[in-house]
Amino acid sequence: MAEPTRTPLSPHETDPVSAPLVPAADLRRHLPGVEPDRRLNDWGRSERVEGVFDATLVEFFYRYWFRVDVEGIENLPGTGGAMLVSNHSGALPPDATMIAKGIREEHPHPRQLHITVENFFRGYPGFSMLIPKIGCVTAHPANVHRLLYDEEQLVLVFPEGRKGTEKLYRDRYRLRRFGRGGFVEAAMRARAPIVPVCVVGAEEAAPVFAQLGLFKRLTGLLYFPITPTFPHFGLLGMLGYLPAKFKIRFLEPLHFDEEGLHEDKALVQTVAHDIRARIQENLWDMLARRRSVWFG
Amino acid sequence: MTMDSRRILVTGLSTYWGGRLAQALEAFPDVEAVIGVDNEEPQVELERTEYVKVGAQHALLRRVVEAAEIDTVVDMRLVTDSSRTTPSKAHENNVIGTMNILAACSGANSPVRKFVFKSSTHYYGCEQDDPAFFDETMVRPHPPRTPIERDIVEAEASVNEFAEKNPGCAVTILRFANVLGPDVRTSHIALFSLPAVPMILGFDPRYQFVHEDDVVHALEHAARQKLPGVYNVAGDGVLALTEVAGLLGKPYAPILPPWGTGLAAAALRRVGVRIPPEALAQLRFGRGVDNRRFKAAGFRYQHTTREAVLKLGEHLRLHPVVRGAREPYRYEREVEEFLRWSPHVKTGREKTRRRAHANGGEPDRVAAAEQRAAAAERAAQRALKQAESAEKRAAEAAQRVEGRAREAAAEPARATGSPVDHYDDLAAEEVIAMLGSLERPALQTLRDYERRNANRARVLAAIDSVISRGETPV
Repeated sequence: MAEPTRTPLSPHETDPVSAPLVPAADLRRHLPGVEPDRRLNDWGRSERVEGVFDATLVEFFYRYWFRVDVEGIENLPGTGGAMLVSNHSGALPPDATMIAKGIREEHPHPRQLHITVENFFRGYPGFSMLIPKIGCVTAHPANVHRLLYDEEQLVLVFPEGRKGTEKLYRDRYRLRRFGRGGFVEAAMRARAPIVPVCVVGAEEAAPVFAQLGLFKRLTGLLYFPITPTFPHFGLLGMLGYLPAKFKIRFLEPLHFDEEGLHEDKALVQTVAHDIRARIQENLWDMLARRRSVWFG
Repeated sequence: MTMDSRRILVTGLSTYWGGRLAQALEAFPDVEAVIGVDNEEPQVELERTEYVKVGAQHALLRRVVEAAEIDTVVDMRLVTDSSRTTPSKAHENNVIGTMNILAACSGANSPVRKFVFKSSTHYYGCEQDDPAFFDETMVRPHPPRTPIERDIVEAEASVNEFAEKNPGCAVTILRFANVLGPDVRTSHIALFSLPAVPMILGFDPRYQFVHEDDVVHALEHAARQKLPGVYNVAGDGVLALTEVAGLLGKPYAPILPPWGTGLAAAALRRVGVRIPPEALAQLRFGRGVDNRRFKAAGFRYQHTTREAVLKLGEHLRLHPVVRGAREPYRYEREVEEFLRWSPHVKTGREKTRRRAHANGGEPDRVAAAEQRAAAAERAAQRALKQAESAEKRAAEAAQRVEGRAREAAAEPARATGSPVDHYDDLAAEEVIAMLGSLERPALQTLRDYERRNANRARVLAAIDSVISRGETPV
């Protein structure tokens, strides 16, 4: 009697002739399909969790608290991968969520935005569980490339990184160093356009008066700021934003259609520098036109 | 492109994967020989795979490889789950064992043209700054943290070195994600079999699995195609652990604290829940791999990660009901040898044809059996040729000794006329076992020779029965 455990090994559809090594570009055909029964995608993003946040907290802040104004949304392509580069501030930065919400509300083809975050969040209990569910991915070159090139998604990066959120209120709207230009390299490799974004209001919404190094070490947090509501109102005080008026401006995209641009390190640095200068200029411009911090 | 993989050596035959792969390879008519080596006896029933009891001794293995003209070696021994054995045994097997196997296959005159190595995605480790999807070109960002990961990295390094030194040999490394399935035993399946899925508080890691059948198909695909390089093998889709628990229909229990997790795991071990260190890292950070390269190489998965989990869920629900209904297979050397070599076993063509008729006639299978018979015939012809050359050699040897022999005694050289080398040294059983591989004219010669010399009744009867059956048994 044949043993019942043995599964029949049907000859699978392999064509012995057409199985040479496929160049990397063609791997896009082999992306896994979408399984409609799933609630999460492969990145761990949960539309349900995101929807709950979007309908409550984010909606409240976007519409009534920050009263966000969006300009230049037409600069954001409706299809294909694109990288958004923005200035960054605030202890628990509200800017990323507001940009994402702005795209969903104002763009003619509302698209999901993937927000890159420090890998610190993957290692901290609680954050690790929540952060991917609301559409954040770890800022890793491979992640950015896969999103931009293979999946043709929108990715938001903050080249200032932690240096941006650590800065104190007195340094507001002064852009920090733009890393080593890794973001430009990633966009060039994926041949995706870069859309610079300027956010005004976030600095006043979550001003940081001081950073306490000792408490940072004790809690294992990324930083331990003193804000109007933190730490005396506890962790929820991180969400205690002041009602500053938000303005988000999308600048004209930069295109990198040629292949192999990323290998030119000098070009990468120049472009990174240019983008930083453009964002800084537009920030000064927006600040100069702003009459009131609270009413815009 | 296919490369001639006709004579395949499977190491680690007694492991679950070794047995499954050997069973799969047996079914291909163009595979002439499947030879399995291991220290322990096979755990599954094998039809024509030959089992040689030898571990990772490279001198012995080399003799097996050369004698059987092995062109493809599939190395299945790697231990990737540290709960299966002790760290020192795992190290011995994974690092030293791999080096020995490679030594047995290397060298300019080695017949091995293809080497397939079964590895694991534990190669990449689990760290905080990992990418969401590892691809084959990525090296791990930090040195390995657990003994089993260290072993895997070391073993792969020696395989790489082998590939560099032997450019004529196509080396494939397959890195498998965590396997799920009804028959395989892994520490993750043990965790999922608990009443609730244990988790680390505050972490919801991403997991990617591969179904056990896909593992066997992938190995088979690599053994039969020419695919030099490294490939990740994992089902489509990456699930969060909470999602896995949901699909299994189980609650999840965040019983492990985020800090001092190792201590808590040690305490759990006391109550019988074993979570090996590499699984603990996965429970924290999870891991996803990019499986597209293997798909581009022509492989089609039959299960996604989600389907593999669902299949496991079905099995876990059914398991308490059907447990023990099936008797486990036990290897009996004498029975296996009888089945393979006795002239009285009606294997091959007749049996297959009969089975095919019983099944209502499946033309494919008959054709397959026919092809297999043809392959066996080729093997028989080769044996005959060897016998002839042996005869010639014996004759030459005889001529050389003739001078001396003439002086000593006037007896004629006994070796001439014998169709097989050292025929006179063989016992009756050995002669009978050999008959199956001979063609009719050789049998006739053998019969005459036997009559003239030893004249053993049993041997003569056996030769007669083989001749009278009218065809060479397969």
